[in-house]
Amino acid sequence: MNGSPKIRLRGLTKRFNGKTVLDGVDLDVAAGEGMVILGGSGSGKSVTIKCILGLIQPDAGTIEIDGHNVLAMSRREREAINDRIGMLFQNAALFDSLPVWENVCFKLLAQKRINRAKARDKAAEILAQVGLAASVGDLSPAELSGGMQKRVGLARAIAAEPDIIFFDEPTTGLDPIMGAVIDGLIVDVVQRLGATAVSITHDMASARRIGTTAAMIHKGRIIWTGPAANLGETGNPMVDQFARGEREGPIQMELRK
Amino acid sequence: MQHLLNFVALVGRLVLAGCRQVGAITLFALEGLSHLVRPPFYPRLLGRAFLEIAYFSLPVVALTAVFTGMVLALQSYSGFSRFGAESAIANVVVLSITRELGPVLAGLMVAGRIGAAFAAEIGTMRVTDQIDALTTLSTNPMKYLVAPRLAAGIVAMPLLVVVADILGVMGGWLIGTTKLGFTSASYLTSTLNFMQTGDVVSGLVKAAVFGFVIALMGCWSGYTSRGGAQGVGAATTGAVVAASILILALDYVLTAMFFGV
Repeated sequence: MNGSPKIRLRGLTKRFNGKTVLDGVDLDVAAGEGMVILGGSGSGKSVTIKCILGLIQPDAGTIEIDGHNVLAMSRREREAINDRIGMLFQNAALFDSLPVWENVCFKLLAQKRINRAKARDKAAEILAQVGLAASVGDLSPAELSGGMQKRVGLARAIAAEPDIIFFDEPTTGLDPIMGAVIDGLIVDVVQRLGATAVSITHDMASARRIGTTAAMIHKGRIIWTGPAANLGETGNPMVDQFARGEREGPIQMELRK
Repeated sequence: MQHLLNFVALVGRLVLAGCRQVGAITLFALEGLSHLVRPPFYPRLLGRAFLEIAYFSLPVVALTAVFTGMVLALQSYSGFSRFGAESAIANVVVLSITRELGPVLAGLMVAGRIGAAFAAEIGTMRVTDQIDALTTLSTNPMKYLVAPRLAAGIVAMPLLVVVADILGVMGGWLIGTTKLGFTSASYLTSTLNFMQTGDVVSGLVKAAVFGFVIALMGCWSGYTSRGGAQGVGAATTGAVVAASILILALDYVLTAMFFGV
């Protein structure tokens, strides 16, 4: 990795009600990289990116973005960092009280970077980038299918042209074809913006499509980092078991009896 | 002895939990209020919350006020007629409505309608990650969701209570003139002569406080809800119950402040 990474995590630790969810996560994400964080349910993937986004305060560790420790920043400085970040939530998290076009241009309108009259045209332009017609802009999020909601969520995430974009389970709940379509859109928009992308998923096909680098988190720790293309043949028995979806292996599902 | 200690420990835990809760709600309220004077402002959201409280609550508050005034006139008559004091009915109606029943009953009705609506809407936003999404879109959820609702509650409730006061008195007038033998002129003259500015103002101050409490408890319950649909349901119930109890308790406190002897 040349120079300082875009995102650097060191010793990130978080406990909830005495249960350790993150146990000293160390991770570097280079500028322009497509990092995919893999891991089973409850392994700490979502908590990791929520810590980076400032939605959860970690108990210990550091989070650096462009070399600056965001945990030591004032709220105003933190908001300035968040201005450069986009996020696609697992369930899209669209504001159901607003029509699609206002969802897409929400950040631009909130920061008064655009007026409402121009926002409709801007929304139509961004919706076209994710393969949706301008007429979708007038619909309510409740009127959209799951795949369309993901596309609108993606449009909202890229509307302000961020230089870091997070994707939380971008293909969960979608059929395989729609999943591949969303992955294709993600790759396109990330390349076009020249952004750094951090995705969390347990969909291996999706991970290979959208990731250049992958990291596996298990029991709150990063246990492997390497090229996403090598998933399934990494030589790490835990990663290979996870990537192949094998029942037998070093990872044992904790079942409550 | 051990049972006694366990009991004391339990009481201590409950008191501490109560103090934590009161402290957390107070900080939440102060943060929400602080955003009312710090830009950016969201006038569209303020207008929407105002419309929701003032305009859409109008029918239920109006009906409550009219029937309360009617019942009050009937009940006063049945009591006062024993002492030959029927002429005081208009005075009792206007005093009761403006000082107490207008703000309290309007408050309870709005608590059921608006407290529940705020808690359900914000609670659903919480459990579907929409509040987190606001943060990632560089928008402070307290400023966007809570501050406009608090402001709308403080402004809209006194206006509703003005309507409730007028309709409550009209309810009494309706019964007084149609069933109790008052002439319209004598009933209204008696009402206007007896009514004092302080009675109305105290009711409107109460209304503003109740409006703040209703919006606060709705926002707080929704904002802190957890655990999906069940959590949102619990938040909604909690908002209505807490706001209703606080309205009744604060009514006593404010009455003691205004009219205490």
